[in-house]
Amino acid sequence: MAMKLRDALFPLLITSFLAFDSCKPETVDPNPTPVDPTHPTVTVPTGNAVCLSFENVVGNIPLTLDQTLRYQNMNGDSFSVELFKYYISNISFTDDQGNTWYEPESYHLVNAADSNSLKVYVDSMPVANYVSVSYMIGVDSARNVSGTQTGALDPGNGMFWTWTSGYIQAKMEGRSPASTASFDLLVFHIGGFGGQYAGQRVVSPSFNSATAIVTANTLPVIHVKSDLNEWFQSPNTIDFAAMSNVSTAGANSVLIADNYVNMFTITSIQN
Amino acid sequence: MKKNRTILYSLLLLPALITSLVSGCYRDPQVALELNEEDVKFRVPVGFPAPAYDFSLNPVTVDGFELGRKLFYDPRLSRDNTISCGTCHQQVSAFANTSHQVSHGIDGLFGTRNAPGLWNLAWHSTFMWDGGIQHIELQPLGPIANPVEMDEDINNIITKLKNDALYPGMFKSAFGNDTITTQRITQAITQFQGLMISDNSKYDQYSRGETTLTPAELAGLATFRSKCATCHTEPLFSDNSYHNNGLAPEPTIMDAGRMHITNDPADSLKFKTPSLRNIAVTGPYMHDGRYATLSQCLNHYTSPMYQSATLDPLLSSGIPLTAQEKSDLLAFLATLTDYTFIQDPKFKEQ
Repeated sequence: MAMKLRDALFPLLITSFLAFDSCKPETVDPNPTPVDPTHPTVTVPTGNAVCLSFENVVGNIPLTLDQTLRYQNMNGDSFSVELFKYYISNISFTDDQGNTWYEPESYHLVNAADSNSLKVYVDSMPVANYVSVSYMIGVDSARNVSGTQTGALDPGNGMFWTWTSGYIQAKMEGRSPASTASFDLLVFHIGGFGGQYAGQRVVSPSFNSATAIVTANTLPVIHVKSDLNEWFQSPNTIDFAAMSNVSTAGANSVLIADNYVNMFTITSIQN
Repeated sequence: MKKNRTILYSLLLLPALITSLVSGCYRDPQVALELNEEDVKFRVPVGFPAPAYDFSLNPVTVDGFELGRKLFYDPRLSRDNTISCGTCHQQVSAFANTSHQVSHGIDGLFGTRNAPGLWNLAWHSTFMWDGGIQHIELQPLGPIANPVEMDEDINNIITKLKNDALYPGMFKSAFGNDTITTQRITQAITQFQGLMISDNSKYDQYSRGETTLTPAELAGLATFRSKCATCHTEPLFSDNSYHNNGLAPEPTIMDAGRMHITNDPADSLKFKTPSLRNIAVTGPYMHDGRYATLSQCLNHYTSPMYQSATLDPLLSSGIPLTAQEKSDLLAFLATLTDYTFIQDPKFKEQ
């Protein structure tokens, strides 16, 4: 099992992505090659839209996917990151008049290994000055029990448990000398969609008094910093020697989910 | 002498052959079964509750059903192209697996649980012995991915099917174009599996007033209703819930059952109540196939229960059954075999 996991990780080692400012329309590859052929090709909207640009970091260090022990958690354990994926769903924006707009079919998979996925375009929005955003980390319980889904929710995207059906809301894999698992592996697959061990969390990172001005012909970019180190620090400090493999919904996955609710910070909004 | 015997046999067979031809029932086994829309129409049998699955969201067509059947019997859904769904789910035993206590999977590996029979699946909202899979469409993904069953990645299956001579055309016929996705694969299998309706056992015919039961079968039905039906609720013969029925855990497996899914100690050793339809042909029995015969199952309930905190309160002292009651119960349980279902040619591998 561990060997297979390593084999699965290997292709990720050859590529790493860091995409600050990646949301500007002129930087988008017009013919992107999706990592997964079931992904729809990226269409960049030209208006009535915003771009949520996710910038993955670990503490203050930009995320690089490889086996180098670049990072350190709050407990003092060094670690590497080889895989980092999470669902962003049920996005809504509230404007300066107090009106809230909900994105229909709002399911997006952010995959650190797929630069296209770091830019989440939300389109068909009413023209307005938006002052706040809310979204879910993970997939709501209803969609977990509604049959086989497509697109971002395709069970073939590696974010779905089949021994107990349901989405992995977010996952990271890497290595740490502190890990007690074979190959020093760190495996944090945070799933569970109902009851006390549910892994979804709704977050509303602050706009810090900024405004996303949606018009018919511009594309505001909301830069969201996603700090993986938040998974392991507050309120639950994670000691990798005590916890290096979470792959069921239970008390440990809830500790991580209660932490990753703090992972997002909006750093700037470009109109 | 030999010639005479041949002639004799021919004479004996002639009336049967003529009857077959006249009644239109004769089928050349080499010719694929021609289905029409009526054959694949989902129906709710009289007396059944509303189904859990909404087929209006995945309308069954002949092409979709036949695609699902081809997938069900296709070993290419496993990593090394050796194990199909039908390997462990055989129609002769109502899509259970005769004689295998637990599933025999890829590379000669054993699973930990007995392959259940498949019928009336559209009435289930949870699947597997532990209820871990919560939708009929998602159910095939479990055994496909399980490393001791089929051990294959759904994306590899999609690649295999795309490169096949027949599948792209079959997906086009079933879904309008030849795109092959996880959703279409599992919805096609659902069209096939969801149509496996078992409602024509002798018990069903009796319920509809079409036949009578023998005195022993009737006595067994009365005993069943007073002592078994709380969990094995008619007409599906399961409450689709989870119970600890007093089986000692097998020490090499220590299967926690439902707790494996919920992580809740209150669910330890609980398993989903199996339907008793077709029970006479689906042995071996219990979640780990530990009992070869129904008599052994009945004897379990009259033996001391394995005492644990989660033992079902109704079974704290087992179920008192006399030898006569057991005999009658066995007669009744045999009336639950649906020969129409287990011989229905549309479910056979073509």
